[in-house]
Amino acid sequence: MGIELKEITKTYGQDAAPVLSTVNAEIQDGELFVIVGPSGCGKSTLLRMIAGIIPITSGTLTINDQVMNGVPPKDRNLSMVFQSYALYPFLSVTDNVAFGLKARKMAPAEITRRVQDALAMVSLTDFADRKPRELSGGQRQRVALARAIASDSKICLMDEPLSNLDAQLRVKMRSEIRELQRKLGLTLIYVTHDQTEAMTMADHVMVLNDQHVQQIDTPLDIYNHPANHFVAQFFGTPQINLFAATIAGDEASERITIDDTLHVQLNQPLAAGRYTVGIRPNQMALKPATTGGNANVLNVETLGEQTIIEVTMDSGQEVRIVQAGQVQIKINQRVTVSALGPAFVFDDQQTLIAEQGGVSDDQLVSVG
Amino acid sequence: MENTIATQANLHRRVGLVFKYLLLSVLAFIVIFPFILGLWTSFLPTTQIAKGALHGTMSWQNYVDAFTQTPILRYLLNSLVISVVQMFAHLFFASIAAYAFVFLEFKYRDLLFYVVLATMMLPFEAEVIPNFQTARTLHLLNHYAVMIIPFLTSAFGIFMLRQAFKQIPLDLKESADVDGLSHWQFYWKVALPYSRISILTLAAYSFLGSWNQYLWPMLTTFTNRLRPVQDGLRQLHSEETATNWGLIQASAAIVVIPTLIVLFIGQHYFKSGLNEGSVK
Repeated sequence: MGIELKEITKTYGQDAAPVLSTVNAEIQDGELFVIVGPSGCGKSTLLRMIAGIIPITSGTLTINDQVMNGVPPKDRNLSMVFQSYALYPFLSVTDNVAFGLKARKMAPAEITRRVQDALAMVSLTDFADRKPRELSGGQRQRVALARAIASDSKICLMDEPLSNLDAQLRVKMRSEIRELQRKLGLTLIYVTHDQTEAMTMADHVMVLNDQHVQQIDTPLDIYNHPANHFVAQFFGTPQINLFAATIAGDEASERITIDDTLHVQLNQPLAAGRYTVGIRPNQMALKPATTGGNANVLNVETLGEQTIIEVTMDSGQEVRIVQAGQVQIKINQRVTVSALGPAFVFDDQQTLIAEQGGVSDDQLVSVG
Repeated sequence: MENTIATQANLHRRVGLVFKYLLLSVLAFIVIFPFILGLWTSFLPTTQIAKGALHGTMSWQNYVDAFTQTPILRYLLNSLVISVVQMFAHLFFASIAAYAFVFLEFKYRDLLFYVVLATMMLPFEAEVIPNFQTARTLHLLNHYAVMIIPFLTSAFGIFMLRQAFKQIPLDLKESADVDGLSHWQFYWKVALPYSRISILTLAAYSFLGSWNQYLWPMLTTFTNRLRPVQDGLRQLHSEETATNWGLIQASAAIVVIPTLIVLFIGQHYFKSGLNEGSVK
């Protein structure tokens, strides 16, 4: 059951480079599956191939164990919410929601019931007779959601549905969509470029970049065990710090060195050589240095409950450090930067090869 | 000090406005003067007009004569039938062609569109002789059909509606695909309503174009039973030996009325912003 993608590839034109290459994934019934990646990574293309709006070049798409390649969109029994909402400007809210149902020749009484239920669910009942131009951006967004709710299909595709809303509304709609998805038992495939949406909403996340799947996992597993540079940098704010590091000498060692004062102790030895070490900003510490030190403070952002400090290392690299509370520190202050311990080690292929305590004990809290 | 600058600025603005409106009024007068003159003389007795006088007893007599002594009602009916049929046919054929050029994918689509566009370079006058030959060979002369068939579609209409259809967001088409709309359903339920401003503009343009046809009907109609209004007017003029100017002016005024109605109704619809809120 669910949706299965096997070796899905999309190429425009015969000799052109693929825009998506060998995508494999399994999406379970009733889960919220987020496809995330920077713009141009092919995530909307993938969604449109699942919807059937654009043809699949090669590979197999199965929905509920039935091969769907070449099946027209309406026979795939799914609904779709577009980034632009795609409302019909000349129809009222009610007619917009009813439009797809009428096209599917549903009985009028059933249509009325479904439309009313859907509008009630997104609290738009009072706006049923308005035209889209008389609604605010958030309300238009809800009309688009109501269309998906009213449809009887259990699969819903959403293409960056929140990217046109302001920040506060986005946070609110995030949890509303999540709630709706659970209540209706929808299998929801959700495309976004926003890692926060992926982290906060998803049951499983697919990270796409450079036409390839980088990683498919639960949000926390992606955060705690990023498969490569890209994933490590894409998830987590502020961004992870990546350092060039070495294990000196000829023998394998547990000590990996970034500079004289900044090094990480691993729990198993690694062969000597050059590596990249990734350390999350909250796993770094700094203290003012009267003599010596290895960095200068570049910028300080105080957010109230935490402080983000940007420093320039003596190597010229800029590093972000997050400290809890309100830290008083001056710009251009000489500081010593050190690592608290947890770190990721990547090889020269940018692939994760070792990690040191991805989650520290104080972060893992179970309630109840 | 501030006060004087503000007062001066205000004064400048006012003087500018006065000049602007003065210029516009003069231009408006130049444009509308012949029309007013025509309307005015339509109420005067022919004897007065013939003398070149612009005063006399105003009466509806010319209008009464026009309806009772001339076949103007028949002309109006002919024109109405021709214009309405031509308008709907034109809208239909131009819109389905435009739809194909925007929403269907086929080989040489753009090339074909440029060929269609190229026909706009050829003025209708240049096509009159071959068209006349064709109509005569088909035995269509002196028939409603001959006045409608050459104008069933036009490159201009296709071009205009193609531009209008291109404004429809691709998301709407994709959304309709997911809902399972066929091309005909999308054409009828989305493309036409979305482009209704362009459709109405083209309808008005097409109706007026047909109503004001002169050269082609003159060449292809020979009897009052089929003549449209513009050629009817010409006919009235040539039939009267001592030309009855008052009667002709009254007929001309009657002929203009439908034009004004179309423009008046049309402008009510030409409001902008009707498509707001579809996509952000």
